[in-house]
Amino acid sequence: MIKVEGITKSFKVAKRSTGLLQAAKALVHREHTIVEALKEISFTIEPGEIVGYIGPNGAGKSTTIKIMSGILVPDGGTCNILGYTPWKNRVEYVKNIGVVFGQRSQLWWDVPVIDSFELLKDIYKIPQPEYKSTFDLLIETLELKEIINSPVRQLSLGQRMRCEIAASLIHNPQILFLDEPTIGLDAVSKIAVRQFIKTINQEKGVTVVLTTHDMNDIEALANRVILIGKGSLLYDGNLEELRKRFGSQKTITADYRKNPNPIDIAGTSVISWSPEHVVLSIDTEQTLSSEVITKLSSQLELLDVTIESQPIEDIIIQLYKEFQI
Amino acid sequence: MKVYASILKIRLLIGMQYRSAAWAGVATQFFWGFISIMVFEAFYEFAAVTPPISLRELITYIWLQQAFLAFIMLWFRDNELFDLITSGNIAYELCRPTDLYGFWYAKLLAQRLSSALLRCYPILILAFFLPKPYNLTLPPNVSTFILFVVTLLLGLLLLVAISMFLYISVFITLSPMGSLLVFGVLGEFFAGLIIPIPLMPLWLQKIAYVLPFRWTADFPFRVYSGHITQNDAVIGVFIQLGYLLGLLWLGKLALNSVLKRVVVQGG
Repeated sequence: MIKVEGITKSFKVAKRSTGLLQAAKALVHREHTIVEALKEISFTIEPGEIVGYIGPNGAGKSTTIKIMSGILVPDGGTCNILGYTPWKNRVEYVKNIGVVFGQRSQLWWDVPVIDSFELLKDIYKIPQPEYKSTFDLLIETLELKEIINSPVRQLSLGQRMRCEIAASLIHNPQILFLDEPTIGLDAVSKIAVRQFIKTINQEKGVTVVLTTHDMNDIEALANRVILIGKGSLLYDGNLEELRKRFGSQKTITADYRKNPNPIDIAGTSVISWSPEHVVLSIDTEQTLSSEVITKLSSQLELLDVTIESQPIEDIIIQLYKEFQI
Repeated sequence: MKVYASILKIRLLIGMQYRSAAWAGVATQFFWGFISIMVFEAFYEFAAVTPPISLRELITYIWLQQAFLAFIMLWFRDNELFDLITSGNIAYELCRPTDLYGFWYAKLLAQRLSSALLRCYPILILAFFLPKPYNLTLPPNVSTFILFVVTLLLGLLLLVAISMFLYISVFITLSPMGSLLVFGVLGEFFAGLIIPIPLMPLWLQKIAYVLPFRWTADFPFRVYSGHITQNDAVIGVFIQLGYLLGLLWLGKLALNSVLKRVVVQGG
């Protein structure tokens, strides 16, 4: 469905040092640096997938999304989505996709949300009955009934984001690109947005590509992640695999009856210790957690034990460090 | 076509949200019109030779200019489009299944139409009922009036085509101020908005007649007052059409070439 091959894109960035003198100098002679935003990115996405596209700030995530949605023209490489090359057949192609840029707005600021929807209906030439049914569904699932008649400028960020997502889906696209859809949202709104993305993926079979910095989004939605850094593709696979490969660390937290002896168990490292509480870190590839617990219980009178996998956030930080991005 | 009608509708809706701005605009233009008329009146009183355009025609010219300000002023701009380009929101515009030139053209046209629709009536009506000689007079006959409507609307289409270049230039300069000043000052001057073209020195008139700007304002207003004969007006309509087609073609070409190199600002 989506086939991206060897996409490269570079930007020319004007450069000058701080200060008035430098600014004056830049009037005559400007220095530029070429920033390679994407280097030979390739991947394939099948229909009905939800793919999390992650990477640190400036990795090239948004650039990829913009190329895939026909906004930017890459310097090299090919891209075939639904049989179109996005930047060549832009007008015919974009009918089939929906795009949300979390930090931008596509709604008309001064008029009620519903007027923006009506305009989109005409722009996408959606027949009335089809529009009505999609509209009703969106209103219901995104809970927009109360806010649809208010001008956009009077909405909160969370309300606006729900409207933005609805606006991107009003023409029933087959593919949805979400560029940081949960940026700046509170926990409740985030969950609502995630729930909705899941629903349209399962019920309508919409293929979703989303970029985010919130790993909870990825965990809740995507079974496949693509990691890029400094413009190169670093990892492409499912989340469990990523965990296995990079997240073999587990933490064991134990509470016990007061015991002044410090704890030392082979294959573990102590993160924190008090006479009643200890947090150990183990590498499950070398030590089994069951062994550690057996040893703990032989030494101490255990009250409570919890084992936690490393949070995905930590894995990502570790990954960024490992790839030096 | 329906898209363009919807854009006009949403523009009218937005325009009507700012009613006090519309009324303030009407008041300003009325005031400005009066001042201009009085200045010209003073000049005419002490003119050594008979001016090439009569005071009556000139007064009509000025009232029409004030009433249809939104149709003829290059500085009358859509800041939203500038913001789209400089802030990077153009990303959303490019996700729409429409040709960008047509879409923006419709937006700009809708903005001018909606603004003029809201503001021209009060000025026209008031100007009609002013005491002589300050009032707006009716055109000499019906066919002149029809020609005026045709040339005014063609002039509007032409002006929007010219103003498109302003927006296209912002893709490169990223700041609308420079283009606005250059286009605004030159365009308005050569459209006869500061001094009506017949009052310019001959050599300047020659330049003005070559440039496209005068076809947007000077031409329709003089058709209305009868200063331009009907025969000349019909020929003028064809010249307007020629300019319009040429500029549309050039604008489309220019926009397509900047879009190939577009950078979405702000990540």
